[in-house]
Amino acid sequence: MTTATKPTAEAGGLRARLRKLQQSNQPQRAQIFNREGLWGWIFVSPALLGMIVFLAIPIGMSVLVSLRDWGGITPPFESEFVGADNYRELLFDDNIRRKDFAISLRNNLYYVLGVVPVQTFIALILAVVLNQKRLKGKSFFRTAYYFPSITSSIAVSLIFLFMFQTRGAVNALLPIQDINWLVNPNGIIHNLLGVVGVDEAPGWMENNEFMSLSLWEWASGPSVAMLSIMILVTWTTVGTFMLIFLAGLQNIPVSVEEAAELDGASWWQRFRFVTVPMMKPTIVFVISLGLIGTWQVFDQIFAISFGGPQKSTLTPAFLTYFQTFQNGEASLGAAIAVLLFFIIMAFTVLQRWLMRDKDRL
Amino acid sequence: MTTIDSAVEPARQTPFFQRPSTRRWLGRLKMLASYSILMLFALLFIMPFVLAGVSSFKSLPDIAANPTSLRFDRELGSPTLDGLNQLNNDRIRVPRWALNSAIQTGSVTIGRVMLATMAGYALSRLRFRGRWLIFSAVIAVQAIPLIVLVVPRFLVMKELGILNTYWGLILPLIFDGFSIFMMKGFFDLVPHEVEEAAAIDGASLWQTYSRVMMPLVKPGLIALTILSVQGTWNEFLHSLLAAPSNPDIRTLPVGLALLRGAFGESNPWNTLMAASLITTIPMAVVFFTFQRYFRQGVAASSAKG
Repeated sequence: MTTATKPTAEAGGLRARLRKLQQSNQPQRAQIFNREGLWGWIFVSPALLGMIVFLAIPIGMSVLVSLRDWGGITPPFESEFVGADNYRELLFDDNIRRKDFAISLRNNLYYVLGVVPVQTFIALILAVVLNQKRLKGKSFFRTAYYFPSITSSIAVSLIFLFMFQTRGAVNALLPIQDINWLVNPNGIIHNLLGVVGVDEAPGWMENNEFMSLSLWEWASGPSVAMLSIMILVTWTTVGTFMLIFLAGLQNIPVSVEEAAELDGASWWQRFRFVTVPMMKPTIVFVISLGLIGTWQVFDQIFAISFGGPQKSTLTPAFLTYFQTFQNGEASLGAAIAVLLFFIIMAFTVLQRWLMRDKDRL
Repeated sequence: MTTIDSAVEPARQTPFFQRPSTRRWLGRLKMLASYSILMLFALLFIMPFVLAGVSSFKSLPDIAANPTSLRFDRELGSPTLDGLNQLNNDRIRVPRWALNSAIQTGSVTIGRVMLATMAGYALSRLRFRGRWLIFSAVIAVQAIPLIVLVVPRFLVMKELGILNTYWGLILPLIFDGFSIFMMKGFFDLVPHEVEEAAAIDGASLWQTYSRVMMPLVKPGLIALTILSVQGTWNEFLHSLLAAPSNPDIRTLPVGLALLRGAFGESNPWNTLMAASLITTIPMAVVFFTFQRYFRQGVAASSAKG
């Protein structure tokens, strides 16, 4: 599963989409073959059966397993039924499990705050620059940008692992002191505060906790190791979003651009007052795809940092896997997955609400 | 030089920034800036692959001494095939992993295209009870990411006894809501008259489907095949879950990812870079051959969304 790279049919309001599809189907044709109903069921049943077994049943089982105390080895439904205990431990009890979950939420929050705006901005700029009429070599640039999106997330993770070594390409290119990218668990906000002389938490931040994590720890920023994963993911996803923006830009009528140009609008004015407003639906679409995708980051963390150093790249998605398969806490893993599901669904619903009135996109 | 001249000239009528010569000059400057930005990003996106390619042929001492150089240091024994020779040993089994990836990708794609085409046709054209219910369910279910289903997915495979087998690697990936959604979209575009004509000529439903409709949705079949090949070849999480204790059915992404930390501090970077590129190259070939369809895929998914 590649995270943010695959644009799915996810976008847009479900109801709007169904309405549109219904319309596109009009007028319905009459039954023209014998026993169409029977054939219909014969045609859909293999796919339907598989989706029930491998998708629908697992959804139900997720919830059931999360209400038990199951380690992952014994038959699951012989394990003890514990009701909402797993959820209570994750959200309300002051313990290491809640702390790990809080750390994973913090890490992913900073990851989202970093990746989504940056990838959207770079993709939009590249698309706008690439969309100029007189530009030559368009297909070369488009190909170069999109190529990383279609490669294996694990293969590019290994290449970045190589480049982020202390003596690797990234440090060689940066005109600053070498950084131990992948072993540095310090939050970058803490680091920046350290530069201006704030080395210790103010008392109120140290002493106040939320979900077993002090406010000072919440305010750490992404760790340096997480920053390198953010750079990698941005590098991978920009191409896809650039293509989506390019498709959107091509829908802006040329006359609008030309009118603005004739009126003497500068490049920036045209970008700010013509392109951005007209691209708003596409921008909303890309941001919401980004929000949904960034909460699922897994492959890169597995291959590069495995949650470390010092849990600073732990995310809810990775924690689900870790608790289930490395820690023998399958029920806890399932509970984290259910909570993660609600986070992702919240963004999906938000997206659909934002795009509720849009006819296109 | 023209600009300096024109700037010196007194201009009473047109302001400086609207004079044709200035505009031409600004236009050129804008083009220069555009190309610079585009080239900079093109390098950022391409160079990691180039560096990986060069590093595959370096000796380990050369990589340790010059990890960023794109040139071979002859004194340190580069270029060499040492890295490539290690692609098949007791820990790194690239040929085996590649074979597994190929078997998985081929089987999943055949299955996915067949099932998605049949289901897409039925949902688009055949009139039967429950059609809208099924279609809505397909759309709702396919929005759920695999990561939140890892535990029960694993459990289902265990119960079916397909863990650690090729069946487990292949079967669950065949069922994909997005493929059905996509094929239904392609069938929706075929005019109804086509089928009616076939029916009048006495074709059965199956004949209409296989001889008349299938050729008409060929672009869809190609696009779906390519998307499925790319998605399956790069699939990591499911392949990881499906082979918890059978190293013989690891795919390329799983095998590569599990190499992390296997070597402590002394990673054989030349071999690892070569293995990464071997994972990348088949998709590069597919991509450059069928680029058009990738672009259409992205455009379609954003337009449909």
